[in-house]
Amino acid sequence: MKLLLRAFVALLQRDLLLAFRHRGELVNPLLFFMIVVTLFPLGVNPEEALLRKIAPGVIWIAALLAGLFSLESMFRSDFDDGALEQIVLSPHPLPVLVLAKVLAHWLVSGLPMLLMAPLLALFLSMPAKAVWTLELTLLAGTPLLSLIGAIGVALTVGLRRGGVLLTLLVLPLYIPVLIFATNAVTAAGAGMPVAGQIYFLAALLALALTLAPLATAAALRISLG
Amino acid sequence: MWNAIALFFHKLASPKHFYRISGRWIPWLGGITMMLLLSGLYLGLFVAPPDYQQGESYRIIFVHVPSAWMSLFVYVFMAVLSAIHLIWNIKLAEVMARSSAALGASFTFLALATGSLWGKPMWGAWWVWDARLTSELILLFLYLGYMALVSAIEDSRAAARAGGVLILVGVVNVPIIHYSVEWWNTLHQGPTVTKFDKPSIHISMLIPLMLMALAFQCYYFTVVLMRARVELLDRERRSAWVQELFLNSRVP
Repeated sequence: MKLLLRAFVALLQRDLLLAFRHRGELVNPLLFFMIVVTLFPLGVNPEEALLRKIAPGVIWIAALLAGLFSLESMFRSDFDDGALEQIVLSPHPLPVLVLAKVLAHWLVSGLPMLLMAPLLALFLSMPAKAVWTLELTLLAGTPLLSLIGAIGVALTVGLRRGGVLLTLLVLPLYIPVLIFATNAVTAAGAGMPVAGQIYFLAALLALALTLAPLATAAALRISLG
Repeated sequence: MWNAIALFFHKLASPKHFYRISGRWIPWLGGITMMLLLSGLYLGLFVAPPDYQQGESYRIIFVHVPSAWMSLFVYVFMAVLSAIHLIWNIKLAEVMARSSAALGASFTFLALATGSLWGKPMWGAWWVWDARLTSELILLFLYLGYMALVSAIEDSRAAARAGGVLILVGVVNVPIIHYSVEWWNTLHQGPTVTKFDKPSIHISMLIPLMLMALAFQCYYFTVVLMRARVELLDRERRSAWVQELFLNSRVP
């Protein structure tokens, strides 16, 4: 147990360190997140009432797409340099190690989006009450995106052009997250209770936390042959 | 008794026996499909009375409802086959799952197309974001994703296993997606026409509907067996029994 914990922490530290060494790549999805949101007032209409109405959807869809960009990096470089094979061969249960990698991915991609969202909410003139709910949905929702996305990445990591395919596989599975999250934010903006939606997101997170690492581990073993 | 059944399935799992047995089944299944289809269409299109609200245009349900049922059935069936393949490593299950994908996607597309044809006179629009339509559309995306993944991986063994994992992940998600979409729609309050409560269907319409549902089911099994046989021949082309089959040149 202690050994397993040590392996978990070691893998987490290694991934965070690697991410920190490639700071430039980390910033790109965030910039994408920001630019996509900026395009909407320009492309649709800068009218405040309309922006307030579409803000939850815009921010969440931008978050989904930005998340997709960074997903590939979860296993790609490890696959290329063979580190992934070593991880699979290690005596520790693979799902736990996968969880460490997903956590590292969330810390470097999901968490920054969480910090950036209030600024974008300001751009789209979202009411202050709704911003808190937006943060809450992102807190429960972005780990879900990383967990579900990990399955897709693990399935496509061996392919040369897995990028577009990954989008096809993963986006339909993201739909429940999108529905509950945007609903909660919209409801909060209208002053309605949001506990139901948040509970649903939390339940989905619990489900994904238990099942997704198993599926990811199985997919990794297949991809490595 | 149980031993006989177990032996039967054991034999069925071997490609050689499957090829032989399915070859005998296909004409029968095809014949049953034809009979069910013709009687269902006759009863549905000529005998069943027009609906008092929807007139003649309701008759599209005799195609629409069976294909919608089949779209879900095929997905779940593929998940069961994939589980069998991943757990017991039975190659045949995976061949069947793979042959099912295109059929399932076709049923889903047919359900969507007939739904939108029906929707135009009924709702006044080709497409509305009704909960059921939306989850059917997402189901189509799931099928297409599976087909894209399986065709992108060159090694057929790896493709089969990866596809199996994806289908199992998908089948866990299908109910979640369905209920989340339903919930989303009720909050958004769609057009009220879509919500008319299910009237208990009259027996003169129920019988053709059931006949058509059975016909679609038999059609699926006929075609999936045919597709699986072809796929099997391709996979096993180097094995002795296929060589023998071709040398005797009695390949149907």
